[in-house]
Amino acid sequence: MNTDIQISVKPKISNKERMKIPRHPMPEQSPLERAHNFFEVPLGYTPEMAMEEAERCLLCKKAKCVEGCPVNVQIPQFIEQVAAGNFARAAQLLKQTNALPAVCGRVCPQEDQCESLCVIGAKVDPVAVGRLERFVADWERANGEMAIPEIPPPTGKKIAIIGAGPAGLTCAGDLAKCGHSVTIFEALHKPGGVLVYGIPEFRLPKQIVEAEVQYLEKLGVQIKCDFVVGMTRTIDEMMNEDGFDAAFIGTGAGLPYFMKLPGENLNGVYSANEFLTRVNLMKGFEFPNSADTPVPMAKHVVVVGGGNTAMDAARTALRLPWTEKVYIVYRRSHVEMPARKEEIHHGEQEGIEFLLLTNPTRFLGKDGWLNGVECQRMELGEPDASGRRKPVPIPGSEFTLEAEAVVIAVGNGSNPLINKTTPGLSVTKYGNIVADESGKTSREGVWAGGDIVIGAATVIKAMGAGKTAAKAIDEYVMRKG
Amino acid sequence: MFRILEKNDLAAKVYRYIIEAPDVARKAKAGQFVILRLYDDGERIPITLADWNVAKGTITLYVQAIGKTTIMMSMMKAGDVLADVVGPLGIPSHIEKGKTLVALGGGFGIAAIHPIVRAHKLIGNKTISIIGARTKGLMLMENEMRAISDDVRIATDDGSYGTKGFVTTVLKSMLENREPMDVVLAIGPVVMMKAVADLTRSYGVQTLVSLNPIMMDGTGMCGACRVVVGDKLQFACVDGPEFDAHQVDFELLMARQKMYSPQEKISLELFNKICATQEQRETAVW
Repeated sequence: MNTDIQISVKPKISNKERMKIPRHPMPEQSPLERAHNFFEVPLGYTPEMAMEEAERCLLCKKAKCVEGCPVNVQIPQFIEQVAAGNFARAAQLLKQTNALPAVCGRVCPQEDQCESLCVIGAKVDPVAVGRLERFVADWERANGEMAIPEIPPPTGKKIAIIGAGPAGLTCAGDLAKCGHSVTIFEALHKPGGVLVYGIPEFRLPKQIVEAEVQYLEKLGVQIKCDFVVGMTRTIDEMMNEDGFDAAFIGTGAGLPYFMKLPGENLNGVYSANEFLTRVNLMKGFEFPNSADTPVPMAKHVVVVGGGNTAMDAARTALRLPWTEKVYIVYRRSHVEMPARKEEIHHGEQEGIEFLLLTNPTRFLGKDGWLNGVECQRMELGEPDASGRRKPVPIPGSEFTLEAEAVVIAVGNGSNPLINKTTPGLSVTKYGNIVADESGKTSREGVWAGGDIVIGAATVIKAMGAGKTAAKAIDEYVMRKG
Repeated sequence: MFRILEKNDLAAKVYRYIIEAPDVARKAKAGQFVILRLYDDGERIPITLADWNVAKGTITLYVQAIGKTTIMMSMMKAGDVLADVVGPLGIPSHIEKGKTLVALGGGFGIAAIHPIVRAHKLIGNKTISIIGARTKGLMLMENEMRAISDDVRIATDDGSYGTKGFVTTVLKSMLENREPMDVVLAIGPVVMMKAVADLTRSYGVQTLVSLNPIMMDGTGMCGACRVVVGDKLQFACVDGPEFDAHQVDFELLMARQKMYSPQEKISLELFNKICATQEQRETAVW
């Protein structure tokens, strides 16, 4: 089906004129409205908005933006097609290098990647690459068949992908496109990894993840859920007995850190993983009606941390009908917050109270249940190992926040299940798998990538690692003969 | 397909299910558990493996119908299919040769000690099982336990069968009589496991318990199942579920088990309201 808008005659415009077009704002649900629902916050460009925004691209021959993209999306090429109204062609170009464009268009930190390198960004706002990517992917999903690339004849090579998160899904897609037989093994009951258990519905609707997973299935990828590699089967068994020629480990950073503070095991203190999984993957926001998994029913929620996970947890808590007040407690200041600016901005608009330069010192409770958090004010001292100024407590500045739920979002370590059950797999002292640039590990035929290698990072970096490993795995299995 | 092949109504709302789960059966070891989900948008619940059959590709679970999910499970029939069964999970029970084991199972905790006692028996250890119930008619798995134990001692709350009292009453007299034992294993309600730990502590007998905190993913991802063992924070799903009973903070475990009690009540009340009659329950859609 082709419903592209056809532009018959289009006058060429100069670069100067292109730069005069203002960056098109993203239509959004109003903060007041969205703070009470789980629908997506940005509504997406219309075709007209997208074409107008695409006009702003100078179509640089030597495109800096592409260098900023971990999966090297051919940015000017696809934007050129958007400007011309050839959305189907734009989608085709996008998909050549990016298996999950609808996801990336929503959750990539474009402001630090492609858009930060946009040439016009030096003078005016950069081209809204992320919004255009999202538009194209959404347009394709809404307008008929997703184009399935031609797949070469089966190579007879079997590849196991461990973990159906961004790294694994990308790696699987690329390997399936080479004609290999690919099976993804996922521990949870649904594929998607952090895209389904972590990132909330209002930032990434689960239907979009499902559509991207279906696309992989159309490429011939098999997905086996409820399968915990390390427990249900070890990597040795898969390689030696089940006939896999290679494996890719993309199990992510899924082991929650706690703060070792007094009262941390009181009822009402949650890891961000637990809180978000209950609400997102288990659809706890529909409890007790259509979903059975209970979620914290707290009036006052304190989220500890300043990253994207903290923002997700805070904005999720705010949307639960019984929650009245949500605080973010973060020990450094606004500029050091690792979360995307857009997420912080959205949270502020929705009414989350940010207590910056503040750190919890203990969790207070009665009869085993949390009822408050004691916090302490901080000030910034000398720069620490991370180059950021180190927060130092201000003596005597303690105060108490009323809270029935606390969500700890101070980071994740690596899950030990695979390391413990795979002899000969080198890991760092933090439990991250040691891998070279291509993702090759110390074990013959085994690659790894994403958070399990580099520690908690971003969806797109994991996808980039999956892509790089796929190329190396393809070369390896074909060489092996 | 996780099909229920057989379902038996035992006693005290306890049901036995034989479920098709070849991947789990193939790797299962004594002391491990599975997490299951009945249907889409259902909750994930952990259940200890009571038995398995590698050749048939089946696992056996004992489930007590006490909350919404377990009640709904009790209404499923042979031939019905569970949405998910994942496992085996957890570190298998630590089994050493040349030991005399005393295993205590309270209520349907007997199902959980069963594979561990059998594993001890299989490597030639002496096994003494103490099993208990409120009353004789509610005793579970007596024959199964006799088949793998050198000796089975019985306790009932009302004295209708065996010793009057709890399984701990029997253990206490064994300790007092200095009956030889190297390892004590206790699985059941937290109060029972705590009582066993308190009893054996002064006698210095190595004691193991299998903890049953609230869990969600069962792979170390959520931290809901965190327990304190000897001042160390542990995740029962990946560091356990078996721990040294003398090191476990049972008070914390008991408190944390109540984490979702208010919500569990809401869920069950709503369910009872919607499915008021038995007929409605039987036609409920999974």
